[in-house]
Amino acid sequence: MIEFKMPSLGADMEAGTLREWLIKPGDSVKRGDIIAVVDTQKGLIDIEVFDEGTISELLIKENEKVPVGMVMALIASDKEAVVKKEEKIPEQHTEEKKPVEKIMAAEVPHGIKASPLAKRIASEKGIDLMAVKGTGEGGAITKEDVENAIAEKMAPKEEKKMAVTENIRMAVAAAMSKSNREIPHYYLETKADMSKALAWLIEANKQRTVKQRLLPVVLLLKAVAKALTEVPDLNGYWENGLQRKTDINIGFVVSLRTGGVMIPAIHNADKKSIDELMASLNDVISRARAMKLRSSELSESTFTVTSLGEDNVETVYGLIYPPQVAIAGFGSITEQPWAETGMLDVRPVMNITLSADHRATDGATGSRFLKAVKNNLLNPGEL
Amino acid sequence: MNDNNTIKLTYREAIKQAIREALQKDEKVFLMGEDVGRYGGAFAVSKGLLQEFGPERIMDVPLSESGFVGAGIGAALNGMHPIVEVMTVNFSLLAMDQIVNNAATLLHMSGGQMNVPVVIRMSCGIGRQLAAQHSHSWEPLFAHIAGLKVLSAGTHEDARGMLLTALQSPDPVIIFEYTFLLNKEAEIPANAGAVDITKAKVLREGKDISIITYGAAVYKTLDAAKELATTGVDAEVIDLRVLRPLDEATIFNSVKKTHRALLVEEAWNSVNVSSEVSARIMENVFYELDAPVQRLGGVEVPIPYPKHLEEASVPQLADIMNKVKKMLQHD
Repeated sequence: MIEFKMPSLGADMEAGTLREWLIKPGDSVKRGDIIAVVDTQKGLIDIEVFDEGTISELLIKENEKVPVGMVMALIASDKEAVVKKEEKIPEQHTEEKKPVEKIMAAEVPHGIKASPLAKRIASEKGIDLMAVKGTGEGGAITKEDVENAIAEKMAPKEEKKMAVTENIRMAVAAAMSKSNREIPHYYLETKADMSKALAWLIEANKQRTVKQRLLPVVLLLKAVAKALTEVPDLNGYWENGLQRKTDINIGFVVSLRTGGVMIPAIHNADKKSIDELMASLNDVISRARAMKLRSSELSESTFTVTSLGEDNVETVYGLIYPPQVAIAGFGSITEQPWAETGMLDVRPVMNITLSADHRATDGATGSRFLKAVKNNLLNPGEL
Repeated sequence: MNDNNTIKLTYREAIKQAIREALQKDEKVFLMGEDVGRYGGAFAVSKGLLQEFGPERIMDVPLSESGFVGAGIGAALNGMHPIVEVMTVNFSLLAMDQIVNNAATLLHMSGGQMNVPVVIRMSCGIGRQLAAQHSHSWEPLFAHIAGLKVLSAGTHEDARGMLLTALQSPDPVIIFEYTFLLNKEAEIPANAGAVDITKAKVLREGKDISIITYGAAVYKTLDAAKELATTGVDAEVIDLRVLRPLDEATIFNSVKKTHRALLVEEAWNSVNVSSEVSARIMENVFYELDAPVQRLGGVEVPIPYPKHLEEASVPQLADIMNKVKKMLQHD
């Protein structure tokens, strides 16, 4: 039996609330199917399954809060016979009701002062006690406080949206604090002459419809992806040592209009063509802004790219998104005096930075990476 | 009797009526104790009964608690239904061996052959400036003992009715009466008589907090609940009545409704009846609690003689109100 567990959708995530099962026992699923919607600090996330088989049992009820790593469903791989499924499931489901307390124990972090009744109601209604202010004796959270929180949750959607943005703010705050606290960053910076790249883009876009048109940023992503194949030490996680990743999934920082950022992953960026990359980028940016990302897109990026090019910023020094080990930053393309082979010229120039984890790599590695990116941008035709 | 079919009487008179009715109904019933006959009882509870029923049924005994309680147990073993009066709980320690090792255990030791249908009444508690050796509240000591049924008459109705039902029991029953209440007047139904002795009683219904009490604290708690109502707090008051075995259902149902429990009694706070009730609430209805269970018991000192200090040594109306307010407090 395959266990389907609550995935971690970011270093800062401890638990998520199951909002909806999109499948039922007996349904067959394959890798990549979206089977559940989970509410996290980052909003509602579609959760994918990575195995193939038949759903045998749903262990978690909708609106239950589930810690990361807890088994949510059992999937019978197609080889296993699904025995007596029909009779068994409803029965086991009622039996599963009892351990409500167990889940609650995982949910309520130490130090929260709440009455047993308040905890019970919160657990039943999927209320996060961390977010409830206690008004009882000594600041304890009481039944009344939880009921007020439930009433707030039921309030019109407009207000709920506000809560989501606040949650995103808190998620960004947590991740970046961890980054700044734990990761010894080193910073490298270089300038790239973008004239060839821009010229190539103009040519390329002539053959494309408005909808298909390429933006400079797609070249940057491609240049980074290719550079990472040459410098694999920057593509991975720092978890008890450097863990290199074989897939190159580039997380692209998307600023939300309401504040905060989302970092959807573009999977296998090195293997995608420029046009495929552009399509992926358009897709994830719009979905990120609509808060409709898939779980794999939130959790599987192996390297991050941030670009503030549109905003006239010349240089951006990024903070690494843990547990990754590096982030590349791209500034805006501006005309600058450019000295080359003894001659002075004016060229479109872009500042590229790399912030990398000094535990995982040293400056020399970072330097090779920047050199590779720069080379790639000088030869856009080969991307 | 008045228009509402109630009569007004003192707690003392209620006990006397109960004893008289028991003596009239069953000739196997008799009263024995120190000064119960010619003197009319240390607290004048049995005044006049000697003249009415004669010395065989109203029996003065020597000052030997172990001796006369043992005699009562012997009479019960031989088919009588004795009411043994131990003048006050303070002297009951001298009879403790008879109560614990004989009355409470003989049914078990005889393999179920020998019931001990004895009823032992004793006066209990503080309130008359009788100082440390004559003011004990020892209900918890007796409530601890397996084999006994332990009753506490905190109201006039129970003073009037508990004895009659206790005499029907095939096994030993201890009834606590309260010196403090003897002169207190109250109205009870004109036809009041035998009462149930298995259940606690909700004396006042409320939804905000359950105040669970017994004995001399019952009327104080009811007064406190009345005062609290004027401040918007709707308190439920439960008189435990039966201290052993505890009526869990009534307690739990109330806590499930109010989600808060305050336990009030006059016995010293450590290891008292409230300790047991609190533990059972925790064990059984923990997830219904919206605040920690609180106890308000006697201050842990030998009971002082001066009136103001005596009053300060047990929970008073203001203490109950303050505690409730604190438990319900919201910022």
